[in-house]
Amino acid sequence: MLFKKTKSLEDKFNKFLNLTNDAVLILNEGIKCYLEKDKENFDHYLNKLIEHEGKADSIRKDIEIELYQKTLIPESRGDIFDLLENLDDIINQAKETLMEFSIEIPSIPQKYNDDFSKLTEYSINAVNQVVKASRRFIQDPSNVEHNIHKVYHWEKEADRQSEQLKRKVFRDNSIVKLSMKIHLRYFALHIDMVADKAEDVADRLSIYAIKRSI
Amino acid sequence: MILFFLSSGLFLGWSLGANDAANIFGTAVGTKMVRFRSAAIVASIFVILGAVISGAGASHTLGKLGSINALGGAFMVAFSAAFTVFWMTRLQIPVSTSQAVVGAIVGWNFFSHTQTDYNSLIKIVSTWVFSPILAAVFSALLYLLLKKILKHWKLSIFRLDVYTRIALIVVGAFGAYSLGANNIANVMGVFVPVSPFPEISFGNWFHISSAQQLFFLGAIAISIGIFTYSFKVMQTIGSGVVKLTPQSALVVVLAESLVLFLFASSTLRNFLLSHNLPAIPLVPVSSSQLVVGAIIGIGIIQGGRNIKFNTLGKIASGWVTTPIIAAVITFVALFSLKNTFDIEVYKENKEMSKNKIEVNINNDKITSISDEYFYNNQNIDYFCYLDENKNGNN
Repeated sequence: MLFKKTKSLEDKFNKFLNLTNDAVLILNEGIKCYLEKDKENFDHYLNKLIEHEGKADSIRKDIEIELYQKTLIPESRGDIFDLLENLDDIINQAKETLMEFSIEIPSIPQKYNDDFSKLTEYSINAVNQVVKASRRFIQDPSNVEHNIHKVYHWEKEADRQSEQLKRKVFRDNSIVKLSMKIHLRYFALHIDMVADKAEDVADRLSIYAIKRSI
Repeated sequence: MILFFLSSGLFLGWSLGANDAANIFGTAVGTKMVRFRSAAIVASIFVILGAVISGAGASHTLGKLGSINALGGAFMVAFSAAFTVFWMTRLQIPVSTSQAVVGAIVGWNFFSHTQTDYNSLIKIVSTWVFSPILAAVFSALLYLLLKKILKHWKLSIFRLDVYTRIALIVVGAFGAYSLGANNIANVMGVFVPVSPFPEISFGNWFHISSAQQLFFLGAIAISIGIFTYSFKVMQTIGSGVVKLTPQSALVVVLAESLVLFLFASSTLRNFLLSHNLPAIPLVPVSSSQLVVGAIIGIGIIQGGRNIKFNTLGKIASGWVTTPIIAAVITFVALFSLKNTFDIEVYKENKEMSKNKIEVNINNDKITSISDEYFYNNQNIDYFCYLDENKNGNN
C-alpha cells in the first residue's frame, strides 16, 4: 500500500520531468519553423506547447496535493514544491517565448538564423542538464553536482551567445530602425531567459542536495 | 495508603513518560514522520513490556546501593528525587532522573546510618560518564554504516521516506522497550524491597513476581505521562532544539536504544559472562544524555561542526550537582517526615548491610543461586538458612 503510493509519485515526478524536457524540444522546433517561415508547423508546435504546459500544471498540482494530503516526505516537501514550481517556470518561459513570436511576429533577417538557433540550442542544453540533475536529486543526491556543473556551463554559453547576437544586431548598419534592433534584442533575451530559469533550478538543487545528505 | 506511598514513584513515572518518550519519538513526531497517536501507542506498549520483562537488572543495582526497607522511606526517596528533578528543571539546570534517584538513595543511607556500597556507587557514577561516550561511538558507527547503505541502495526520496518511517517506528519500539527496561528502576526501584504486592502464579508456567507488579504499575504511569504530556515536549524537540534529518534522528534513537538496552539486559549480561567477556553493569542511565552523546557522535563524523562544548560542561556538572542536591533534599525530607509526622522511614532491626551478608555466606555454597536477583532481605535470609541446614546435614 505504502509502496504503491510511492510508485505513483515516482511515476508522476518522472512524467513531469519528461514534459519539461519535451517543452524545450518543442520550443526548439517552433523557433526553427519560425526562422524558416513555416507558419503551419509553427502553429502546431505552439499549440502542442500550450497543451504540454497545461498537462505539466495538472501533474504538479497532483503531486503537491498527494504530498500534502498523505503528509509524505515532510522534511523535504517544501523543497520538492519549490523544485516543481521552478521547473514549471521553465515550461512557462518556453511557452511564453513561442507565444511572443506568434503575437509580435518579429522580423528576423536570415543572416541571424544561425545565431538564434545556437542560442536556442544552448538554452535547451541547460534545461536538459537541469532535468537530469532533478532526476538525480530524487534518486541519488550525492551525484547531482556533476549535472549542475553542466547547467552552469550551458547557461554561460547561452549568455555569451545572446550577448554576441545583441552586439551584432546593434552594430548592423543594414538594420536602419532602432525599434527593429530593440525587437531582436528582446527575442534574444527571451530565449536566453529559458537558460536563466534552468540556472535558478540548479542553484536551488545544489542546496537541496546538501540538505538531503544525512 | 499503599497507593499514597507509591504516588511519588508514580509521579516520577509520569514525568519520565512526559519527558523521556521525546528522546525516542521526539524527532519522528516533531517532523511529522510518525503520528503522535501511533508513537504514543507503540511507546506505551513497549515501555510496559520492557519494564516488566527486563526491568529487574537495573533495579537490582540500585537495590545494592541502598535497600530501602520502609515504605515511608521509599516514598520520600522517590518524592525527593522527583522534587529535585522538578526544581532543577525550573532553574534550567540539566538534570537526569537517574542521577537524582541515586543521590536520594545515598541521602537515605546517610539518614538511616546504612553503609553505602561504594563499589556500586562507583560503578553507577562511572556509567554516567561512560554511557554518553558509548552512545557517541555507536551513533558515529551507525551513521557511517547508514551513509554507506544509502549510497549503495540509491533509494528515491519517496521510497527513502517510507523506509525511514517504518524504521523510526521499529527502532522507536526497541527504544521504548529499552527505556522501560532501564529506567523503570528510577521509578519503582526504591519500592522493590518493600513491595506490598504478593506474588501471583498461574500453575507452574506463569509467574508474576512482586517486583514485576510494581514495574507494571510504574510503566502504566510512564504510559500516562506519554499520552498526557509528551506531545508538547516532542513538538519542541522536533521543531528545532537540534535540527536533524529523519535519517540522522533514526541513528540517534538507535544508538540511544542500544546503550539503554546494554545497561538493562540481564540476558546480554549473562551471555557476556558465560563467554568470559567483561560484564556490563546494569544501571539506570539518562536517556537525555545518551541523545546528546549520540548527536555529538554524528557531529564529530561531520567534522566537529555544531558541537556545543558548554552543553557538555553542563552535563558533566550535573553528574556532581544533581546527586548532591537530591541527597541533601532527601535527608531533610526524611528528617521532617520522621520527626513531624512520626512515619517510619527505615527499619533499624532489619537493617543488613551488604558487607554483613558477604561475611555470613560461604560463596562456594551458593553457586546454585549466582546471577539470580532477590528483591528483599527475606529471600536472602531464606537461602542463608538453606545453606546453614545443608552444612548441618553434612
